[in-house]
Amino acid sequence: MRFWLPQATTSAAEVDYLILALLLTSCAILALVFGLILLYMIKYRAGSDIDRGVLADKTWRLEAAWTVATLLIFFGLFVWGADLYVRLFQPPPDALKIYVVGKQWMWKIEHQGGQREINALHLPVGRPIQLVMTSEDVIHDFSVPAFRIKHDVLPGRYETLWFEVNEPGTYHLFCTQFCGTGHSDMFGEVVAMPDPEYQNWLEQNGASETLAQAGQTLFMRYGCSGCHGGNGAGGSQSGSTVRAPALAGLYGSPVTLIDGSIVTADDLYIRDCILLPERRRVASYPPLMPSFAGQISEEDLLKIIAYIKSLTPEKQS
Amino acid sequence: MSDTVIEAPEFAKVTASYLTDGFTLRSWLLTTDHKRIAVLYLGTITIFFFVGGAAAALMRYNLIVPEGMIGSAETYNRLFTMHGVVMVWFFLIPAVPVTLGNFIVPLMIGARDLAFPKLNLISWYLFVFAGLVALYSLFVGGVDTGWTFYTPLTSAYSKGHVVATAVAIIIAGFSSIATGLNFIVTIHRLRAPGMTWYRMPVFLWSLYATSVILVMATPVLAMTLLLLAFERIFHIGVFDPALGGDPLLFQHLFWFYSHPAVYVMILPGFGVISEIIPAFSRKRIFGYKFIVWCSIAIGVISFLVWGHHMFVAGTSLYSALVFSILSYMVAVPSAIKVFNWIGTMHKGFIRFDAPMLYALGFIGLFTMGGLTGLFVAALAADVHLTQTYFVVAHFHYVMVGGMVSAFFAGLHFWWPKITGRMYPEMWGRAGAVIIFIGFNLTFFPQFILGYLGMPRRYHSYPPEFQVLNVLSSAGATILAAGYLLPLGYMTWSLFYGKRASANPWGATGLEWQTSSPPLTENFVTTPTVTEPPYNYPPPEVVQHHV
Repeated sequence: MRFWLPQATTSAAEVDYLILALLLTSCAILALVFGLILLYMIKYRAGSDIDRGVLADKTWRLEAAWTVATLLIFFGLFVWGADLYVRLFQPPPDALKIYVVGKQWMWKIEHQGGQREINALHLPVGRPIQLVMTSEDVIHDFSVPAFRIKHDVLPGRYETLWFEVNEPGTYHLFCTQFCGTGHSDMFGEVVAMPDPEYQNWLEQNGASETLAQAGQTLFMRYGCSGCHGGNGAGGSQSGSTVRAPALAGLYGSPVTLIDGSIVTADDLYIRDCILLPERRRVASYPPLMPSFAGQISEEDLLKIIAYIKSLTPEKQS
Repeated sequence: MSDTVIEAPEFAKVTASYLTDGFTLRSWLLTTDHKRIAVLYLGTITIFFFVGGAAAALMRYNLIVPEGMIGSAETYNRLFTMHGVVMVWFFLIPAVPVTLGNFIVPLMIGARDLAFPKLNLISWYLFVFAGLVALYSLFVGGVDTGWTFYTPLTSAYSKGHVVATAVAIIIAGFSSIATGLNFIVTIHRLRAPGMTWYRMPVFLWSLYATSVILVMATPVLAMTLLLLAFERIFHIGVFDPALGGDPLLFQHLFWFYSHPAVYVMILPGFGVISEIIPAFSRKRIFGYKFIVWCSIAIGVISFLVWGHHMFVAGTSLYSALVFSILSYMVAVPSAIKVFNWIGTMHKGFIRFDAPMLYALGFIGLFTMGGLTGLFVAALAADVHLTQTYFVVAHFHYVMVGGMVSAFFAGLHFWWPKITGRMYPEMWGRAGAVIIFIGFNLTFFPQFILGYLGMPRRYHSYPPEFQVLNVLSSAGATILAAGYLLPLGYMTWSLFYGKRASANPWGATGLEWQTSSPPLTENFVTTPTVTEPPYNYPPPEVVQHHV
């Protein structure tokens, strides 16, 4: 039993300061409200013959005063909460990406080196971490109270969450979006450790291949290479008879769609292209891509995307 | 005067109070008298209150030990869903409007009845039918989705009776719309001569704002639940991404109704409190126009804050910023009301009868509920606190500490008018104090639990949360006793209570100018209003008479 919560991330203390400020403001207002009520209950009880004097006729000055005071306090709190939220919304570019797949009722974690865990997440301290999260079924929510973070994990989307742990330790991981019968069993732990130990852990749990390497195998198995070329070099160049867009260097680059709009090829875009090719078709290619919806699991999708991400135009030959 | 000639035969017809005007079952079940319909509604929602309360009691029982006293998570999930559905749609939303509102609105504006008496009766039948469908879905197995019905859990994965429950809620919605429409037309068209808008008691303004929200927001809920049912039955892709839908769309639509619905629950409570504080302070209400326009402002802004339920759901950064500031804006009018009630007590002659004790309890608990709302409106704090017990405690302070206290305050206040009998005063005061204490013991520990990270809707939990959960469950037993107490002494008073005079509190308002209980016709002659509301004598006059 304890009445405090560890502040395990760089932002946890900031969130606590905000909550403390809210608490102090609330206590002050509560003291005012309860204090006045108690004072008037005693002073102006029906049996008291204290002189009430004459009632003021106009009240708008008082009304204006407490309206403005309330507005100012509220606006201050809004700015404070919003500023922190905006900063927590934008991940630093060098964040270490770890992939999270939620399903009824477990958390599946995939590291870039191919290491996999269930209901546990090992990560290094002192380094920004970005979780890329999706769900196989319903909406879940990835929440670590000691980190003061929480975000819904949606099917059909990649939601991200970033933080930097500064206190090694083991912390609770909860699902906080009701997800069915086993909701309260969707429970795990986050193990934060110093970087050398983390590297150690990665090695000990090393997979035979990295996420991207596993993705390459899948890229062959699902027949992607048949049209997109062996190294994703594009259909017309590497022996393929079908004209399909090159995938090397695609990740992060702008893509012109058939309706003329331009989108950035991010995780979600690539995912949509595989599962829902009709949704955002790229311009100047025939509509030959079949839909792989229901055929590739969320984890395999993450691997294929990792592989496509790893392809650079230089790597072609 | 010619008026007297016209009224004389009317007077001759007036024979009895509405309670003695027919004793058959038929005279109750086919009545179009707003007062009898209010009594029918009161009986109905009391049943639902205790059904929902029983579910809550079982939930608190389960949470005494970390692994859960009730062995099955499935059962626990069905319990909290039932608790939410019953309490929200079959108690909190209708409670004040259909009972106190139905009874008091025509009396307060000096009318014979509501504008559409038959529609009023139909709304009760719809409500009962909806309730039966809800109870049916409960007894054939229940629903395990939470009252919020988030997709795609509800549309594709849940094995509960989602469609039956959705149908029940849609039917209850029609009942709400009928009631809202009736109040809007009544307040526009049936005010007694001289009852200008600014002479209307605040209770009428509150119900007016409530009715507008009901009429405008409820259809959205019906559409949303219909789409949900269609997706579940016919697999059309609206919300389920596997069918090409968007799961967040459901949340937007659901909260577009359900956030204004929060104000449907609390606005009538504001109205009740605004009647009681002046009556028991023997003083006109402080800042009448501010209070009135705050009700309207709340009604309008309440439609623009739904996104604050979705700060961690995956909406855009900009929408989060906008919804955060709008959520602070909607809190301002509520704060103004609290200050005005306190201003009303200033220089008053305050008596502490049970309605006033409940009303003071309301101000305290509602203020705490409102202030903790500031925590979850602050974006970065919400990220940590949302979907934990902090939110559970926050909305129970507003809905139960606030709204249910206001309902009890109003019920005690108008009980002599409704039944013609006084409730036993000492028991009334004891009930108010016990509920206040029991409520705080139940829900205050949940704020701490939430800050420490305990998620809501958990059948089992890590052992470090046990002490606070046991405290909360212990408080719940006191709270349950507090709610059973009024059921006992108010039922007792129906038979043995002291006969009430027409105006036992010495309050202003037309409803106190007719007998207790009122005649079937409400008034012998149509009253004429010549003075502002809450026209209590100024303190210097009162003091001379003391």
